[in-house]
Amino acid sequence: MKNHVLRPIMVAIAAVALLLTARSIYVPDDFGVHGKNFTFGFYRESNVDEWKAMPAKYKGKQYCAECHDEQYDSITASKHKIIQCENCHGPALNHPDEPEALTIDRSRGLCLRCHADLPYPNTLRAELPGIDPVEHNAGSECSECHNPHKPSLEDM
Amino acid sequence: MTISRRNLLKKTLVGTAVAALPALPLGAIKFLSPAEAKAAVSESKTRYAFLVDTNKCVGCGFCVKACKKENDVPYDSPVTRTWVERYLITKDGKSHIDSPKGARDGFTSQLQENQHETVDPKEIDKAFFVPKLCNQCESPACVQVCPVGATYQTNDGVVLIDRTWCIGCGYCIMACPYGVRYFHPKYKVADKCTFCYHRLAKGLKTACVDACSFGARQVCDLKNPEDPATKIILTERVAVLKDEYGTKPHVFYLGLDRNVR
Amino acid sequence: MNEQLITHGADWTIKHLFVYPNEFIYWGLTIVMYPYMTGLVAGAFVLSSLYHVFGQDDLKDLAKFALVFSLALLPVAMMPLMLHLQQPFRGIHVMFTPHFTSAIAAFGIVFSTYAMIVLSEIWFVYRKYFVEQVHALKDSDSRVLRMKRLVYVVLSLGAFDLSDEAIAKDKKAVTILAAIGIPVACFLHGYAGFIFGSVKANALWMSPLMPVIFIMSAIVSGIALCMLTYIIIMEWKKFSTTLARGRGDDSVKIIAGVELDVIKKATRYLIGFLIAAITLELLDLIFRGYTAMKSWDILREVMYKEDFFKIFILQYGFGNLLPFLMLMIPGAKIKRTAIALALILFGVFMMRWNVVIGGQAFSLSFAGFMDYDVPFIPHHLELYKEGILGALTVAATPFCLFYIINKFVPSLKRS
Repeated sequence: MKNHVLRPIMVAIAAVALLLTARSIYVPDDFGVHGKNFTFGFYRESNVDEWKAMPAKYKGKQYCAECHDEQYDSITASKHKIIQCENCHGPALNHPDEPEALTIDRSRGLCLRCHADLPYPNTLRAELPGIDPVEHNAGSECSECHNPHKPSLEDM
Repeated sequence: MTISRRNLLKKTLVGTAVAALPALPLGAIKFLSPAEAKAAVSESKTRYAFLVDTNKCVGCGFCVKACKKENDVPYDSPVTRTWVERYLITKDGKSHIDSPKGARDGFTSQLQENQHETVDPKEIDKAFFVPKLCNQCESPACVQVCPVGATYQTNDGVVLIDRTWCIGCGYCIMACPYGVRYFHPKYKVADKCTFCYHRLAKGLKTACVDACSFGARQVCDLKNPEDPATKIILTERVAVLKDEYGTKPHVFYLGLDRNVR
Repeated sequence: MNEQLITHGADWTIKHLFVYPNEFIYWGLTIVMYPYMTGLVAGAFVLSSLYHVFGQDDLKDLAKFALVFSLALLPVAMMPLMLHLQQPFRGIHVMFTPHFTSAIAAFGIVFSTYAMIVLSEIWFVYRKYFVEQVHALKDSDSRVLRMKRLVYVVLSLGAFDLSDEAIAKDKKAVTILAAIGIPVACFLHGYAGFIFGSVKANALWMSPLMPVIFIMSAIVSGIALCMLTYIIIMEWKKFSTTLARGRGDDSVKIIAGVELDVIKKATRYLIGFLIAAITLELLDLIFRGYTAMKSWDILREVMYKEDFFKIFILQYGFGNLLPFLMLMIPGAKIKRTAIALALILFGVFMMRWNVVIGGQAFSLSFAGFMDYDVPFIPHHLELYKEGILGALTVAATPFCLFYIINKFVPSLKRS
């Protein structure tokens, strides 16, 4: 019998070899250092492209204007021109293909985001027209009286 | 065959060293190549950064709503990639902070969440809203601690997470001083703001920037001096959050107050 | 919210004042169990090494038991981590693509190195026994016994040489392995402390003392658990033999329970490590108070108000001071020692709790607090994994494993 003391070591080596084999099969080839160093740039490179390939859901005002020029013009003429269409109409996604129609958020809560009165000193919020949500026609939708595309009170 | 004590010791030590080796060689060889690392750095022509002007924020929370929808963050889950905090500093010097649902629905009432105390508007000395998002740090503590290389910094400075590789240990969540990370309820991996990396790649702005009606949020490329937000960052007095952690955050703030946490 | 959309942490976190929206107690009971179980492994191994390396001959029986018990504890140190992972099947990534700038990355490697040392050491200690069993079971007819023989053939790894020379080699190898094992065991646990101590975002965890504190309390809890288990097993044996044979039987006297000398000796080591652990913890506390950095206001609030009972009454009072007095006051008998040991185990557990949960009891904003509501009734899998039932599963496993291992490796036989 040769040296039996080495046997546990051989078992250990076998285990390591097994692990390394499994690793070479399982780990994608593009896994490695791609960034500035090992600390911050050790990753699977193709993941960057996977992130880039994600679809964008919000398409922006100009996308809406391509078809809905009337609505676009009306809001652009109002104080609400700074608001994106999709803030109230929801993300366009691939509209009109998918989804065919967008659901408009007409809830009070949506308007209150800016128009619930919070008169904080030295803030832009205090300068926005504000109402007390409890006092001001509680229970009714804002759009019953106010046209979001022509919000000023003179046009009411 | 006889074996000396020294010989045995040597062999046992070698055995231990071998035992300690699994997976080391392949990884180790790669990260010791400085040429490769250098090449990667000089390649990047972009360094994304963000500018938040707290003076302009009204606390409408449209940014939070847009972010959640754009990035598939479950809408009713309390976690969020970006959020807005409200600070009310009263005459007694106390600061009252809240961010109900991360301000997904904006700030529509006086009441402070959790405390059930209404702050008397007459008592308020100053008040402001502070939007928060991932700082895309230059030395991200979250990346340093990821045990498997599932989160990393891209060449343009954005920190991303590989959803196929994350084991969900939560160490990165613990390591982030800004609390921007969480476990994604659907994908069961760590998640956080990516500066809408997919949108930037398509030449768009981030969803939160687009949703902001008041210009409180801007995303920019720090390496492009013509970029309007870059100009502000380079020429005006901007601050960052929690720089004491040495993470070199890249979300810059105008009008930051000492009370901001 | 439906089953798929569970926000990790929302079920057991209660927020007060201002806490960032994404902040929850992400590291719950499982992560309390992890350093606790790892600590028990390390401590058990150190105890066994006291005999193998430092030649504390009177600890021989206890050491043999401790070695095998540390093997039974070994897979259990990993268990809470696996329960905790959101993607448990990807756990192997730690071995495949270790990112060594992370304290957790080394876990797989340190852990498996340590496992190999423990396994080899046990192999060298029991090789003679394996070979003897192979010979003894040679001519057995029953299928069970033949299977058993086969297991022993495999366990012996084909090394059947029982010459004096070979046995001497075994002994040497054991000594060397035990000697290597001590630093590795300490490293295994010290670095569990490093995992916490290196999180710069967490004001409570970040401290260079953390690894040392963890090693000391690990050894304390490991020794305590080995002693306690040993006492219980030996006393049970004595008790059951007495029942079976009656008091008058002579053989009962041979199977005397625990020897008080052994326990007393082990107690001395225990107290030494206990003093070291408490000293370091107090040093850490005093230093934080004295330097009073930005985070001190919130830390003080947590330690002296929110968690006062858990830290100063349960951990230091019942977990440290009381057992310390019980062991120091002369005339300690088996029963008193056993109670003190149980208290020490509880104290170390509370220390882990106060570090892991206490570290998340305050918000990163330093303006709010989080309470941990331990999940008890598992409404879904995550609440089992992260709850009390999961922790009990973890705590029960080493004893089941030990029962099985002990069938093949008789660690409780008297020399």
